[in-house]
Amino acid sequence: MSKKVYKLEAKNLNAYYGNFHALKGIDIAMEEKAVTAFIGPSGCGKSTFLRTFNRMNDFIEGFRTEGDILLDGRDIYDKKIRVDELRKEVGMVFQKPNPFPKSIFENVVYGLRLQGIKNKAVLQETAEKSLQRAALWSEVKDNLNKSALALSGGQQQRLCIARALAISPSVLLMDEPASALDPISTAKIEELIHELKNDYTIVIVTHNMQQAGRVSDYTAFFYMGELVEHSKTKALFTSPSDTRTQNYITGRFG
Amino acid sequence: MTNSDINRYKDKAFQIFGIFCTLIGLVVLAVFLIDIAIDGISRIDWDFLTSLPSRRASSAGIYTAWAGTLWILVLTAVIAFPLGVGAAVYLEEYSRKTKLANFLEINIANLAGVPSIIYGLLGLEIFVRQMRLGGSLLAGALTLSLLILPIIIVTTRESIKAVPRSVRDGSYALGASKWQTIWNQVLPASFGGILTGIILALSRAVGEAAPLIVIGALAYVPFAPTTPLDEFTVLPIQIFNWTSRPQEAFLTNAAGAIIVLLCITFLLNGIAVYLRLRQQKKVKW
Ligand SMILES: Nc1ncnc2c1ncn2[C@@H]1O[C@H](COP(=O)(O)OP(=O)(O)O)[C@@H](O)[C@H]1O
Ligand SMILES: [Mg+2]
Repeated sequence: MSKKVYKLEAKNLNAYYGNFHALKGIDIAMEEKAVTAFIGPSGCGKSTFLRTFNRMNDFIEGFRTEGDILLDGRDIYDKKIRVDELRKEVGMVFQKPNPFPKSIFENVVYGLRLQGIKNKAVLQETAEKSLQRAALWSEVKDNLNKSALALSGGQQQRLCIARALAISPSVLLMDEPASALDPISTAKIEELIHELKNDYTIVIVTHNMQQAGRVSDYTAFFYMGELVEHSKTKALFTSPSDTRTQNYITGRFG
Repeated sequence: MTNSDINRYKDKAFQIFGIFCTLIGLVVLAVFLIDIAIDGISRIDWDFLTSLPSRRASSAGIYTAWAGTLWILVLTAVIAFPLGVGAAVYLEEYSRKTKLANFLEINIANLAGVPSIIYGLLGLEIFVRQMRLGGSLLAGALTLSLLILPIIIVTTRESIKAVPRSVRDGSYALGASKWQTIWNQVLPASFGGILTGIILALSRAVGEAAPLIVIGALAYVPFAPTTPLDEFTVLPIQIFNWTSRPQEAFLTNAAGAIIVLLCITFLLNGIAVYLRLRQQKKVKW
């Protein structure tokens, strides 16, 4: 019997900021086309871990990892891996919406332009498709040349999702994508995540446990750099096996 | 008197001192400008702007001088812009924080304080003698480029630093390389600031006489330059030359030329201020 290949895996992953041991021996495997939520108190390493999957931590001086991160069974910290290719495969949405100071259209096609795609029809088509997928098309279709900075926060975040989808990744990393948004925009983003999981493997960091309960299939609870518990969301919330998880989800700390 | 009374008096005293400090600069400048304007404004007319220099004050003009100044301005901009921005991008984005980088950084800051005449001597040796450019526009522009390079590097780095991390992250996360991120995000976002810095640096260069005199720019040039390899003069040299003459009429000429030079620098500064204001309004992260 061949071993199952997961979409994303971490094997005994340790990460350090200089001398600070931020992630401690993490082992996790995530299914394809499932939503996994990372929860845990602030500073426990959720973002750090999320950013190892597209190697955004590479920019931080003094950051290093030990152990393996696998995407489709390939070690992404291998020397032969090209980081820009990796990031086309593993898209990311940040906590604070960060549209470029350009038009809506140029924001969406930015990733395509980076790849040297100039064909107007292709760009136009991809922009429309991506904005539709991100549930933003109907709101902006008449204003594609307007500055992205003029959009509302919720629209900006969906634009950032559209921008990530435009280069057809297979994984979408989201770091508290709704934490800076109002409840209505948050609901829209959550709905969107439901839609997207048919086609993408999604990892979402959230400190909102209701949100984790609503959007995710699996939940991983982190505490002080350790992965304490990882199981089906329902199981984790109804019958946690670790007292720390229990304490956290019942609101006793964090 | 209580302690708080004393403090109140100190407060008041410092306020008055501050107002005095502020005014003294402005008043001196105003007196100077008015004095020059009274002397020179009547001298400025079409003939003054379009005449070649002459030994007779009444028929002498500043055509060669302002033409030379414009040439120098454009050539210096063309040379200093890519060099300064390139160096700044390298230092800010590429260079590792090594001892060498540190050393370079400290020295660039130091270079900004080197007297301009020293740059003139450097230009004389390298451009005029070694590169055999003679006292040409090109030699002058290269010398002034060296002079303003540190200013451009410093201001460009400040503008690049002001581009938020989040924009770069957004670019990298979509698969951009470092250069793509710099070219598509960092430089466009900081362009206003970079331009402002360069224009302010140029407005300093335009007023320089000393380094150009050292490299051999002439006080008397019979024709306006037509190529970068021509000999030249500039407004500050022309002014210097006229003010050193004993005749009153030449002093009036100098005042006229000063007004023209001031107009050029005020124009440059005005553009810089305008660009800065527009930039502040446009970009809110
Ligand atoms: N750039 C950095 N340099 C040093 N330490 C960092 C850096 N980023 C995060 N950390 C530390 O790593 C730990 C985990 O941070 P983070 O992953 O951001 O936590 P979370 O996202 O769960 O709130 C924290 O203690 C934080 O202080
Ligand atoms: Mg975080």
